[in-house]
Amino acid sequence: MISAHLPALQVVVPLIAAPLCVILRRGTWTWALALLVSWASLAISVVLLGQVLDDGPLSYAFGGWEPPWGIEYRVDVLNAYVLLIVSVVGAVVLPFARRSVLEEIPESQHSLFYASFLLCLTGLLGVTITGDAFNLFVFLEISSLSSYVLISLGRDRRALHAAFQYLILGTIGATFIVIGIGMLYMATGTLNMADLAARLPFVDESRTVLVSFAFITVGATLKLALFPLHFWLPNAYAYAPSAVTAFLAATATKVGVYILLRFFFTVYSFDFPLKAITLQGMLMPLSVIAVLVASTVAIFERNVKRMLAYSSVAQIGYMILGLSFMSVTGVTAGILHIFNHALMKGGMFLALGCIVLRLGSVELDQLRGVGRRMPLTMFAFVLGGFGLIGIPLTSGFVSKWYLILGAVEGDHWLIAVAMLFSSLLALIYVWRVVEVAYLQAPPEGAKAEEAPLSMLIPTWVLIGANVYFGIETSLSVGVAQTAAELLLDVGLGTSP
Amino acid sequence: MELLGLYNYWIVVVLMMAGFYTVIAFDNLVKKIVGLTIFQTSVFIFYISMAKVSGGTAPILTGEPEVFSNPLPHVLILTAIVVGISTTALGLALIVRIREAYGTIEEDEIQAQDDQQ
Amino acid sequence: MTAETKIILSLLLPSLGALLISLCGRRPNLRETVTIITAALLFGNVLLLLPEVANGARPVVNLSLVQIFPDVPIKLEVEPLGMMFAVIASGLWIVNSLYSIGYMRGNQEQNQTRFYVCFAIALASTMGVAFAGNMLTLFIFYEALTLSTYPLVTHKGTEDAKAGGRVYLGILLSTSIGLLLLGVLATWNIAGTLDFVPGGILEGKASEAVVGLLLFLYMFGIGKAALMPIHRWLPSAMVAPTPVSALLHAVAVVKAGVFTVLKVTVYIFGVDFLGQTGLSDWVAYIAAATILLASLVAMTKDNLKARLAYSTVSQLSYVVLGAMLASTLGVIGGGMHIAMHAVGKITLFFCAGAIYVATHKTEISEMTGIGRSMPITMFAFFLGSLSIIGLPPFGGSWSKWYLALGAAETGQILLVAVLMISSLLNVAYLMPIVARAFFLPPPEGDGTAAVGIREAPMFCVVPLSITALGCLALFFYADAVYDFLTLLVTPQG
Repeated sequence: MISAHLPALQVVVPLIAAPLCVILRRGTWTWALALLVSWASLAISVVLLGQVLDDGPLSYAFGGWEPPWGIEYRVDVLNAYVLLIVSVVGAVVLPFARRSVLEEIPESQHSLFYASFLLCLTGLLGVTITGDAFNLFVFLEISSLSSYVLISLGRDRRALHAAFQYLILGTIGATFIVIGIGMLYMATGTLNMADLAARLPFVDESRTVLVSFAFITVGATLKLALFPLHFWLPNAYAYAPSAVTAFLAATATKVGVYILLRFFFTVYSFDFPLKAITLQGMLMPLSVIAVLVASTVAIFERNVKRMLAYSSVAQIGYMILGLSFMSVTGVTAGILHIFNHALMKGGMFLALGCIVLRLGSVELDQLRGVGRRMPLTMFAFVLGGFGLIGIPLTSGFVSKWYLILGAVEGDHWLIAVAMLFSSLLALIYVWRVVEVAYLQAPPEGAKAEEAPLSMLIPTWVLIGANVYFGIETSLSVGVAQTAAELLLDVGLGTSP
Repeated sequence: MELLGLYNYWIVVVLMMAGFYTVIAFDNLVKKIVGLTIFQTSVFIFYISMAKVSGGTAPILTGEPEVFSNPLPHVLILTAIVVGISTTALGLALIVRIREAYGTIEEDEIQAQDDQQ
Repeated sequence: MTAETKIILSLLLPSLGALLISLCGRRPNLRETVTIITAALLFGNVLLLLPEVANGARPVVNLSLVQIFPDVPIKLEVEPLGMMFAVIASGLWIVNSLYSIGYMRGNQEQNQTRFYVCFAIALASTMGVAFAGNMLTLFIFYEALTLSTYPLVTHKGTEDAKAGGRVYLGILLSTSIGLLLLGVLATWNIAGTLDFVPGGILEGKASEAVVGLLLFLYMFGIGKAALMPIHRWLPSAMVAPTPVSALLHAVAVVKAGVFTVLKVTVYIFGVDFLGQTGLSDWVAYIAAATILLASLVAMTKDNLKARLAYSTVSQLSYVVLGAMLASTLGVIGGGMHIAMHAVGKITLFFCAGAIYVATHKTEISEMTGIGRSMPITMFAFFLGSLSIIGLPPFGGSWSKWYLALGAAETGQILLVAVLMISSLLNVAYLMPIVARAFFLPPPEGDGTAAVGIREAPMFCVVPLSITALGCLALFFYADAVYDFLTLLVTPQG
């Protein structure tokens, strides 16, 4: 009986828990509630993925109102995969958060922190699972607003301005998306994604629809921080509390990529006039530039968190590049990298959170000799870095392999070379940190001990998963490939 | 004329660009929020415009067959207005905190203080 | 024990050894014993595989537990070239471990546990490279080798060590990620497989221009083969302690590079295919240039290890030349040179390290008259030099002979001349060292003139004597090696 309502519960459980956190007031209790809820969400998303892999796409009519008039939650392989990623990251970051939040945020704000965290989780899960376009906008705004709050709770006062900047840019992005959705409604009379997919081919020459495509593309690109609309990201990630950075880095932009995937390949049918031009003519060069420019800027950053933020911008470039190849290999690479990057970056930001706890700062000069003092933490960071570079036996290598294979298959040789060159850029900025941490003596009288277990274990869970999925890829690659094939064949799949 | 008959859409465009310009051009944070709100309002008007059916009246069932305007966009806009209000409230709250932390709400002065740090 | 078990053990033994070594860090004697036992067990295990392979068998293991890419398995396969490489590497590991004990303790080096652990991991990676059954597996272990030897190169932790490490890692990873990986992916795209198949997998699959491009990607992507201009990492790596230079940069790392070149030539491109298309000629000329240029640079170096490093660059190109001749004798000569040069060079490096331990001298100009106080060391150096130069009755003469024959067979008289000239250059940069040591008096005020014989510690002197005698022994065993390697190029029954 419950299993029939699982899609709804995926979103409703964290949603109800959020105001409960505000009511509960006491920091530890709210943390415990948030932990419980996030693990419950993880369980639900695992079950959903299992169901979808066995039986095919699930459809859930909210409130019993049949689509396309009612709001429909539709779970296919792609969403289930992204749901899994978001809930895994949430479930791993929350145990970490307890110690980290105690350190970085004043006691009185803890219950509000966890409430916002749960709202953010709700929003992200909702964006992923919904099958209705306007519902997507609503959940997107829920997640965005709560992430503005989360970011502003950072210790450094620059977090406030970073949150404000993100607010302005994020709202513009979301508003663009809603304009696009409105135009789609004008042209077809429906908001349900499957229904839109069915009706759009008949009106795809109309200017309204073409403009809606443009608005949605720009809005989504802003949300996922593709160059040149990435300006909010470095500051937001650098000054937010460590747990928030880890969570957002691993989820928020990934959900943005999902929105792009969903609209590009499901709603707008395959031979939509503007699509190929946009993807290959605009997004492809932009993502290559993103990768090269962001990696180069990362090399010169002295704050390691900002360095990783720019690295994220580059990695997002990889994902969009994979998409822009419009082949099964390319889209597989893009979807696979959503998963792998979440593991890598999430783990690396968690490791940085451990360092912040013990050292109080992540400036490069403060990190001298930290490899001796906090060996487990730094080794986790190094392994994550190997993934960014693309060393074999890490998940990053697997994504790179598919990405370059996609480039080679599509005869984009220059792009393949550029991607391999960017790996070398990643080598430079990762190795800078490695040299400082391992090959330089610690400052006089500096004492630091290894991070507490409650923070080390989540870090190693993510990094360990990064290595595991670099060796045993049948789940990650298999699901990504299935999702890619599904996306490129037909729209949302024939209705069950 | 066709162009003049679309006056509602022209208003949408003007408001949208005015709001967008305000967000970009002014340094004062409150003005940015105001610009953002204008920008969002233009979208509301856009949706409501699209809801109007020629000769339609307010969508309230009276038992007699009539031509009604489309109620769905109105509902969508109510949601969007709520989202907009939350955004504005959050933005203003952030401005208050920024004022406490920096002593100013002009973007360039904040930037200068950050660069010194 | 089946062949499959032995293959897996070859990878498992050094890995477990690394683990055990890290646990024994507190007790140096126990730790060193673990290293020696691991090395001995590995060598024994590898030797057990020898008879089967000598009879023409090629045992295969598919590591199906691990699946990185759905269509490309992680595969281990033993064939003659890999077998020979594994025997050399594991055998010399035992000798090198004994030497390390003498060197590291004689110099009172820090962080010895990290040293021995990384060494074991590096040897595990070397075994992986030797026994790789397809290009993906080889690439994975190739990268693992680079990464595991980085801590060894930067062992001393000084600014020089860091700078050397940066050049080392930078060049090796740039070439492997930037060029080799692209080559591997392009091969996958063209041929649909990455398996090592005698006769190659590329024939008929792509145009000559594409195959030429692939050759470029492979030859310059395999940075460990130190083809000019990507040879710079090798002299930079000399900043490492000498046992590292000896085993890794005379045997494991550099030989992994030229081994990969040979393997790619025989099993990805195919010797006959390459010969027909004549695409490898330009690489052969680059190899020839490297041979000569590196020898010339070696002559200008006063630092002994730097001179030996450039000598290695030159000698590695012998193997590349042999491969690029695209003839049977060339390939066999190249393979043989892997073995001969390994034993000869490791002797020379052992001697250089022994000199450093005993007298703290690193420059050749300081080493006058040292033959009086370290006669065994310098005599071993003399024997090793003769092998490198290629004079009988030392092993190096056979490999040079076959390489020259291979060049003559393909009508490349210019390349034969290059081989002859380079032997003369080898004399020019190696013999003066020996001559200075024995025939010139020691520098004034040195204090060694009146002292008599003061050799390096036993643990240093015994290994270098063993390898020096090995050079001599290989002369007589050369035909066994030749017969073994012929299996490489005979058609599979």
